[in-house]
Amino acid sequence: MNPAANQTSSHILVHLSPVDLVIIVFYFALVLTIGFILNKRSGTSEDFFLAGREMTAWVAGLAFLSANLGSLELMGWAGNAYKYGILAAHWYWIGAIPAMIFLALVMMPFYYICKTHSVPGYLKLRFGTGAQTLSSISFAFMTVLMSGVNMYAMAVVMRVVLGWNMHTSIWVSSVTVLIYVALGGLRSAIFNEVLQFFLIWAGALLIPILGLIEAGGWDGLKARIVANLMEQGNAHAGSFTHLWSTLGSFDKNPMGINWVGIVFGLGAIISMGYWTTDFLVVQRVMAAKDLRSAKLAPIIGANFKMLVPFIVILPGLLGLGLLRDGSGNVLKLVSNDLAWNSPQLGLHGYDEVLPLMLARYCGPGLLGLGITALIAGFMSGMAGNVSAFTTVWTYDIYGAMINKKATDEQKVKVGRWCTVWGVIISIVTAYMCKEASSIMDYVQALFSFFIAPLFGTVLLGMLWKRATKAGGFWGLFAGTLSSIGMWAWVKLDPGAVRYIALSSAAQDQAQNMFRALWCCLIGVIFLVVVSLLTKPKPAAELTGLVYGETVIPAEGNFAFYQRPLFWAGVTTLVFVIINICFW
Amino acid sequence: MDSKNVLSIWLVVGISLLGNGVLILGAGLYELIYPPATKVVLYEYHANIWWGAILTVIGAFYCIRFAPSRRKAELKGKAADRK
Repeated sequence: MNPAANQTSSHILVHLSPVDLVIIVFYFALVLTIGFILNKRSGTSEDFFLAGREMTAWVAGLAFLSANLGSLELMGWAGNAYKYGILAAHWYWIGAIPAMIFLALVMMPFYYICKTHSVPGYLKLRFGTGAQTLSSISFAFMTVLMSGVNMYAMAVVMRVVLGWNMHTSIWVSSVTVLIYVALGGLRSAIFNEVLQFFLIWAGALLIPILGLIEAGGWDGLKARIVANLMEQGNAHAGSFTHLWSTLGSFDKNPMGINWVGIVFGLGAIISMGYWTTDFLVVQRVMAAKDLRSAKLAPIIGANFKMLVPFIVILPGLLGLGLLRDGSGNVLKLVSNDLAWNSPQLGLHGYDEVLPLMLARYCGPGLLGLGITALIAGFMSGMAGNVSAFTTVWTYDIYGAMINKKATDEQKVKVGRWCTVWGVIISIVTAYMCKEASSIMDYVQALFSFFIAPLFGTVLLGMLWKRATKAGGFWGLFAGTLSSIGMWAWVKLDPGAVRYIALSSAAQDQAQNMFRALWCCLIGVIFLVVVSLLTKPKPAAELTGLVYGETVIPAEGNFAFYQRPLFWAGVTTLVFVIINICFW
Repeated sequence: MDSKNVLSIWLVVGISLLGNGVLILGAGLYELIYPPATKVVLYEYHANIWWGAILTVIGAFYCIRFAPSRRKAELKGKAADRK
């Protein structure tokens, strides 16, 4: 059994007052009420799985962003900012913005025009059932396992931060998610995601505001960070507040990565794969009411994404510059495993930096709102995983392989039962993680195997007419297999990291970047070679699926400032300016 | 939330912000009258009072702007325009 489950209450970070508890109960009551109200509007499969395809650009855009704004994400990246400095902001800027704009302008028209219900559904139309089966089975199971991993992580965090019983956290959150997703389907999940977006901003925005006041502004914070790190003898003390200038070589920054890994591994492959082919996020945009809204939604999401480091990365940096222990010495955070598995040491893990900062500034009421934001983030992340699993299972496994003649009514019924099964599998996974926490690492690694190769396959499918059915399948298969192979190689021989990540100093994040880059390239090479050796589909069968064979419908008679292209340009400009500012 | 629903997501957001804002503002005022023994850092800024007030105002605005009665009238107007 994981020792984290046995922690003593002496390690509890935050003590809630009655008003904080009222705020948490108010949130649960609100989401359950939403589920019951929306149940009336989830009678058809289009309603249940795609929220009736009637979301405005704003709602779809905020849900698209929020599906990725879970609490693990917030706490994990705040922890990474403490560990790696401002380099962690790359995951919010170059690791998201170009991909979101690419999705909006290049890929969304194809997803939307072909009227598919899912990304594996697009693969079926473009490459046939082989590629669909491979991607749908892997996606469905990995998604629901990830949901369980998130559930377990939430229970651990609630235990560490609040001293809550792990069983209570797991069961209360999963039953709540089950009720509102089974009742309202994707519409209910999207409602909760938009609500969570506002709660996170309302609950977390005070930390950077008050933190910057305490630190004496950005310049004051930078000076404190350098002083604290030098006091600890950190070799990279000066590099924690620079975004690009330390990426010339592997050994000049705390992450052990260079600009090639960030630009090509993160910016060109991992983020493109995640933001354009991970059905969990793409499903939200597919629910948009028309093509213009579907193109605007990722751009709206991108603009808010650029602001997220303010409430995630900045608190991590503030922790680095401001946190002191009871004796006035710099409070040094350690790995989560060490802190959470050895509570008797009284140490704090990297991922505790956000709750630590929350407890530092937030009194009664504000603390409750901050904790509610974290709970909402966990639950909407779980709901997002379960609703994506439900859709892929119903359409790409049940509808494509088990019952090809399923009626609309049967699909909704299967969808509701899938929600129940999805939550049950998540709970079982959460308890498996509780017994052996290494399962968590394996599931997270498994999930990463499929995203990068999938991006190469979908992208070539959309942009290259010559790509064939066999090419699509073997490209996806070879890319996935090579990713697993590289991961296993480093596990068996840690020295192999110098071949995979080009440096023996590469940390976990750097290894992930390079593994994604290589497996995507391998998948693309296989896809091209096999396609050139096999017979292509007739052009008539590619209409609506491939660039050059598809007429993109006009967006309508709108002024230039209402067009997605204009806002994509504005977003790109802001993105460039931000990167220069923090160079 | 969407183009056809009478229940708007923005109303739900408004209810949430209003409820939380009132509770936080109330807690802040209580702390002002009965200062706690253990204070948070920068307690003197009374963040829960002004932050609670901001959330209350934004929440109230959303609740009024997206009230179901107003939403119904808007949807009726749109339906009439289409005809």
